[in-house]
Parts: sequence; C-alpha cells; structure tokens
Amino acid sequence: MRVDLDINGERHAVDVEPRTSLLDCLRDKLAMTGVHAGCEHGVCGACTVLLDDAPVRSCLMFAVQADGYAITTIEGLARGIGELAPIQDAFCETHGMQCGYCTPAMILAAHALLLKNSAPTRDDIVEAISGNICRCTGYAQIVEAIALAAERMRGLNRPQDKP
Amino acid sequence: MSAREFRYVSSDRRVREDRRFVVGKGRFAADIALQGMRHGALVTCPHPAARIVSIDKLDARSMPGVHCVVDGHEVAAATEPLPAGLDTPRVQRRPLAVDVARYSGEWVAAVVADTRAQAEDAAEMVRVEYEPLPYVLDGEAAYQAGSPPVHADHGSNVLLDRSFTWGDVEKDFAESPNRLAVRVKWGRSSTVPVETFSVVANWDPWREILDIYASVQMPKYPDQLSAVLKLPMTSVRVHYDVDVGGSYGVKRGIKHAALVGYLARRLGFPVRLVEDRLENMRGGDAHGPERLFDVEVAFDDDGVIRSMKMRALDNVGAYAGRSPFQLGKPIGAIVGPYRIRSVQYQAIAVTTNKTVQEAVRAFGQSPTNYAIERTIDAVAYHLILDRLEVRRRNLIRHDEFPYTIPSGTTYDSGDYHTVIEKVLARAPYDGLIEERNSLRKQGFLAGIGLAACLEPNGGNSSFEPLLNPKITTTTWMESCRVSIEATGAITASVNTTSSGQGHETLVGTAVGEVLEIDPDRIRVVRPDSLNAMPSNSPVGSRMAIMLGGAAFHAAQKLKNKLLAIGAHDLNIPLERAVYADGEVFEKESPQNRRSWQQLVNIAHRNYHLLPKGFEPGLSESHILQVPTGGQLPTADGRVQMYPCFSFEFHVLLAAIDPDLGKLAIRKYLVGHDCGTVINPKIVRGMTMGGIAHGIGAALYEEFAYNDEGQLIAQTFMDYLLPSAHEVPPVEIIHHATPSPHTVFGQKGSGESGYLGAPAAIASAVNDALSPLGIFVNQLPIKIAALGDMIAAAREARKSK
Repeated sequence: MRVDLDINGERHAVDVEPRTSLLDCLRDKLAMTGVHAGCEHGVCGACTVLLDDAPVRSCLMFAVQADGYAITTIEGLARGIGELAPIQDAFCETHGMQCGYCTPAMILAAHALLLKNSAPTRDDIVEAISGNICRCTGYAQIVEAIALAAERMRGLNRPQDKP
Repeated sequence: MSAREFRYVSSDRRVREDRRFVVGKGRFAADIALQGMRHGALVTCPHPAARIVSIDKLDARSMPGVHCVVDGHEVAAATEPLPAGLDTPRVQRRPLAVDVARYSGEWVAAVVADTRAQAEDAAEMVRVEYEPLPYVLDGEAAYQAGSPPVHADHGSNVLLDRSFTWGDVEKDFAESPNRLAVRVKWGRSSTVPVETFSVVANWDPWREILDIYASVQMPKYPDQLSAVLKLPMTSVRVHYDVDVGGSYGVKRGIKHAALVGYLARRLGFPVRLVEDRLENMRGGDAHGPERLFDVEVAFDDDGVIRSMKMRALDNVGAYAGRSPFQLGKPIGAIVGPYRIRSVQYQAIAVTTNKTVQEAVRAFGQSPTNYAIERTIDAVAYHLILDRLEVRRRNLIRHDEFPYTIPSGTTYDSGDYHTVIEKVLARAPYDGLIEERNSLRKQGFLAGIGLAACLEPNGGNSSFEPLLNPKITTTTWMESCRVSIEATGAITASVNTTSSGQGHETLVGTAVGEVLEIDPDRIRVVRPDSLNAMPSNSPVGSRMAIMLGGAAFHAAQKLKNKLLAIGAHDLNIPLERAVYADGEVFEKESPQNRRSWQQLVNIAHRNYHLLPKGFEPGLSESHILQVPTGGQLPTADGRVQMYPCFSFEFHVLLAAIDPDLGKLAIRKYLVGHDCGTVINPKIVRGMTMGGIAHGIGAALYEEFAYNDEGQLIAQTFMDYLLPSAHEVPPVEIIHHATPSPHTVFGQKGSGESGYLGAPAAIASAVNDALSPLGIFVNQLPIKIAALGDMIAAAREARKSK
C-alpha cells in the first residue's frame, strides 16, 4: 500500500506492505541507512527517529502508522552538505562514540532533549539517552557531548560583548 | 622517548572516523546493497541435541520469492569443515548442521528469497523431523566420563585437558604455613554488540572472484574462507572498508560467510545475511567464556603468596573454533601483577549442548583476573589483614622490571605501587572508608571494591603452539604502507576492518609524528584483501603497538629516503642533512634547503637527480613482527605470550539496598597505565567502555539456560545491557610507564576497564556482605539472587 511520509521536510510517496516497519521502510525503500537495526524489539534504541520531535523506535512502528507525522532522521540534522549540526560537532569534540553504530540514534535522542531543554542537568541527559544502548563508550563522552552542545547552543543567542 | 618530545602523539586531537558516524554515513555491512541482491533466513533446531531425521523443503520452496532452500548435507558436500584451533579432527563444525544438531538454535537449513521477509516466511514452512538425543549443559558434568558426548565420534566432551607446573609448587606449598582454596565461577556472557553480524557475498564466475562485505573482526579471515570454500586465496576478496558496529572480539562470522559464500556461488547473484537479535544471541556462535575456577594458594602469615594451583574448566559450548585458546592466553599473565613464584595450572575445555563460544574482549584474561583477585581478597579475610595491604605486599615492584613470571613470560615495565598510591590519594581512600561506614550506619550494606590487574597486549598468538603442537605460529605480524603521491599528498594503509578502535586516527598520528606533518593531511585507506599487506586484525589489544609500530617504521623509511634525496640534491653528505617539517636542509647552512614538493618532484619526476641506485617514487611498507615474539614454547610450556603489559587499579564504593538486593555504585576510580597514550580521547573511551562492559558481566548479563537446554535470555529484556543509568561517572587517573618494546612507549588499551571491573565489583559486594558473614563467588551477581542471599543470612542471624 501507498503511504505519504514527511521526512526531514520532504514528502516521500512509498509503496509498502502493511507489515513493513518504519525502520525497514526508511532503510530499504528510501536508502536512509543512518537509521540502524539493533534488537528489533524496542530495547536498544539504535533505530530511533523523531516523530514531531519526539524520539520513537522505528522498529516497533509500521511505516503506515508514521503517515501524518513530521519524521526526522539523522540525514535531516546537518544544515548543508559536508556540514555538521552543533550536536553532531559536539559528539566529535568529545569523541562520544567508537564504532558509530548507535551514534545516529543517540544524537537524535540528544537533539530531541535539547529542543525542549536548553540547559539539561546530567540527570536529564542520562534520562534522555537511557533508552539508547551503547556498548562501546560507557556513555561518559556521550553525556559530555550533549552537555557541551547545550552550552554552545545557549551561547549562540547570547549578545556578544563588543571589544 | 618521553611524552614531551611528541608533536602529535598524546595530544588531545579529534578522532577522524567520527565525522562520518555522526551524520549516519558509516558504511556498515547491512548498508551495502548490491544490484540484484537477495536475502537469507535460517531454520534452527529447537532441541539441545537431536538427530535430524528428515527435512521437507517442498512447501518452503514454493513460497513467493524463494530461490532455494539448502540443508547441511548440500553445503557440506561443497565445503570443508570450519577451522578449529585445537587438534580435534572429529569435532567438526559446519555452517548448517549435518545429521545431528547439537544446541538449541543451531542452524539446520537456510532459505534465500527476494526479500528478507519472504525468506523468513519460507523458513517457517521448512519442516524438520527431529529425534531428540541426550544432552549435557553443565561443564563439570560434561567433563565426567559417561556424560553424553556432544560429538559421538570424538568419544568424550573433553577438547583440552592440559596441566602445567612452573616452579617447585609442591615444595612451596609444603613450606608455607597457610593454604586456602577458593572456587569461583564466571558466568556465560558476551560482548553483544549493538550491530549483529552481517555479511554480503557476491560471486563473479567470469572473474572468479568472491566478494565479501562483512562486519568482521577476525584474524586471517580470507585465508579461512578460502580453505572452507575450497577457493584459491586469490579468488576471495574481503572488503576492509566496511565499518563494523562493535565487536570486542566476537564478530568472527566464519560460518555466516561460508554459508552465504556458498549460496552466492550456487545462485549466481549476491546474497545478504543479517542476523536478527535472536539469531545473534542464540545461533550466532558468539557467547563468551563460562568458566569454573578452583584456586588454591600457599602463603605466609604476612599474606605473601608463594605458590598457586589453578584449575580452570571452560564450557565452550557445542563446537570449538578458536575459543578454547582463551584458556591459553592467561598463561602469559597467570600470576597477575603479583610475585607468586610457582604455579600449577590445569586448563580444561569441554563441549556441552550450549551455543558456541567465541573470542571475547581480553580473550579469557578477565575471568582469570577475577579468580586471582577474589583469591587475594580471600587471603586477606583469612588472615584478617587489610585487602590493600595484602596486594601491596605481593605486587611486583617497579625496580624488578623486566620481570619474568613462572610461566615464562617477561613483563616489560610497570609501576604498580605508584599507580595505586595515586588512585588512593585521589579518592581519597580514608574518605571512601568513612563514606562506606556512614552508609552502613544508614542501613545499607556498603562495600569498597578493589582490583589490581594486568592487561596483556600486543596480540601475539603464542597460545596456539602452546595448546596445539601441530601449529607452529611464531609471528602475528601487522603491516602498513605509506606513499607520497606525485602531488605531495600522503596516503597510509590499514589492512583490516575496524570496529570503533580509531585505527585511521592511529595511523594518521603515527605517520604525522614521523614525517612532522599535520595528521589531518594524511589520507588513510583500506585496501581489500587482494591488495592488502599481512594483518592479524585488531585482536589482543595490539593495534596501537602493532599497527602504530608498522606505520611508524614505514614512515621512517620514507623520511630516510627523503633525507637521502635532499642530501644528494644539496650535494652534501647525509650526516650534514637535517629533516624537519617535511623539508631537508644543511645543518650548518639552513638556507640550503629543499622543500617537500621539490623532494617529491625529484622522486616522482627527476630520476636523473636521484641518488644512484634509488627506486623512483615514494612508497614504503613495513611488516612488523610482534616485539619479543618469535619463539616456540618450551617443552614444559613456558612461553613469551604477549610483549606489553598495561596495568589497572580499580577502586569503587557500592551500596546495596538490603531489602531489594539492588546495588548502586556511589564512586568509581580507576588508575590506568598503558604507557604512552597516543590519543587520549580514544584511550579514555575504551577504558570507560570496558568498565561499562565489566559492570554488565558482573551484575546483569548472562546467557542463562533452563534445564531443558533452552537459552532463556534471548532478548534484551532478559539479557540486560547496562544503560546510561547503570554506568556511573568514573574518574580515570592516568600514569605512563612507557614500554621499552614499542616506538612511542605505547602499550595496548583495547581491553582496559573490562580486565578489572568485574573483579572490583565482586570485591565491593563481598566487602558489603562481610558483616553478614557471607560471600558471593560467582558472576553475574543478579539483584534477585543477592536479595535472597541477604534475606537468608539475616534470617539465620535472627534465629541464632
């Protein structure tokens, strides 16, 4: 069946089986391979995408259910070709990853947090990523990346002192 | 070399690999979609042991989109058995079971269809008739004569039963006033990467090349595939420019690739197999050690341990690949960081009807460290001595290095006492004790955990000839090629896959350091296996030492060549020429110089300006032998196992809620000495990740089986991975004792954290339980079991 998906601000008409998960649809039909399968039962969070800015498990959702939502994937975060969003750059700055497999989902979970909380505490950050498993890092540099991105993004709107 | 002399090494530079991952542009095996690619799915055995009576493929074959259904007989007829480490020719392992299936979840048939969903639908329609057979699950039971043999042809379940005696153990025991026996068990867990194993194979019959894209971390993978698939090595092309989504040892995938390699050849189109999580946990053959230790030590009244007897029995599951070798590597650090002068070691590997074991981070050393550390704590409790003091008295002293342990390995360098004192000062230790005591007053069971352990690194494979005399491996080389192109650009090679270790950053840093050029200007490439130089993959915490060393030497050769070209063109003797910042000049008259581009031009375009006999162009390679390696073991089993030894000292404070058994880590510090740190961000991440993994192994993760032989932890709701909530902030205290065997003084750190965290957490739990007079001697220490133990102990106290 045909669904109309709004992904990263663009509309995509896709033919899917009713049983096709949003995850499989994004990866197999739309070649958006930044979203990853980890457990496919909703625990590890590697398949996280944002629906109306809220993190969801794309492995637990059918593609047809996503019709009508604004979907954000990792491909939609950077503003231009070759550029990095502040949260992406912060993950590079602290090396908040190793193998990179959980990273896109982790960044989307962090992005969703920062959309609603510009000054998160450590507990806020831990809570926001606690549904995303990382086996490489032990999370410390991920938590630091998110705190760093928050700090930098808060600074963006602050009037600069004139010299 | 001291840290001060470095330009790029040890500086806090970004990791170049990260940019592609943060935008979702990693290239993982499951992202590779070849033209005309079809998909595999598997049929698995539901019994722990069964004879396969018949396989009816007819219904499955007629399902939509299905191209073929294959069974074990078909694949076996076209392939060789999968390679095994030990000399056990009658324990044969195949991608699909032939006649007998030996664990619940073992693959018995495979389906290829247009889509994965169609393949799975069809797999459900394959009807297999089984005749259940007797089975054995417990390792100790499997070791006994008369237990049902997993491989009838082999005659028993014993794959390995080897005893070693190093030094005068009986005399040391007889002369010691005290002895103590401890039995500890390391539960079955694994590394369980978030990415499952994935592989794509494509056969081109006209070129006669099998292309393999796999999420693999496996030494000599192309060699093994070539042997199994009966293809010349020149017909197997493994693509190393595939990002691997975590491995930590287990992503070996030889049976997976052999299966899809066979299918791609039979069908004439590309085939992809991606494990789902159930296949990964049940049939992916990636479980870790499940090991029972009996340790006995002889010691004097001061707690100084003179001798140790250790028996380690490992339940390796239904088949054996390299996994039994995990009993061999710990021989190279069998006394840990301690001065125990004689050792008896019995290493036993048995088959059972459980999922197959694979190499796990630290290759068997972490369980052994746990056994040693638990024993040290037990000695302290026995003598009513401070646990820290007993460690201090037994640790090898800084002035004793290089230090040769009874089993023949010489530790390169270390300063264990200093690392420990730095951590204790930072904690501070007195404050931790006060905090523990105050928690106890508040009604918690609180404890301090201590663990001092070694991380052998450099990844030599000396355990192969030690445990299988038919193997004569004495090198475990690694290579790098560095080229300067005609435009002056530099490329350097990594000849294997990586799974998050930052090898591109490592090579860039090493080459940049030598050539005195910004590492970000150096392109790092990954040739495929037909173009690659010899590699043994990132195992055994070896790449900083081995790949970093190979890159250093290859760059050094180029630098020497540039220097000779410059000196020749400046018409000065070589000894008066100086290389700096990519230029060559005359020492006394620095204005006499040749720029980088001038030197490169001469090499690439001006043969007439080259020194006589020089090859044109600028491309040099180096194949590095493992430092200190090269000898076969002695007859009594002494061998230089690994070249370098990192040290870590863990201290933590934990509080257990006595009613729930729930443990919370209140404070965690680790002292870490891996010699010169090449990239601080990478080393920190590995240490933190290792501790997180160790927390999992100590408290949460277990591939539990029921008595019927079914794996009952098959999902992440049963097999619990630590989330950000379970991993506390950890303070890492660095210390650098450079290794004399490496180019920058670096040691390995890929397994750091995991080596000591399980032992340290167990130590904290036992300190917390000590007021109740009970001890836990097995991992993982699950909340429910701990709660029950505490309740029973309190009940027993009340009734007294």
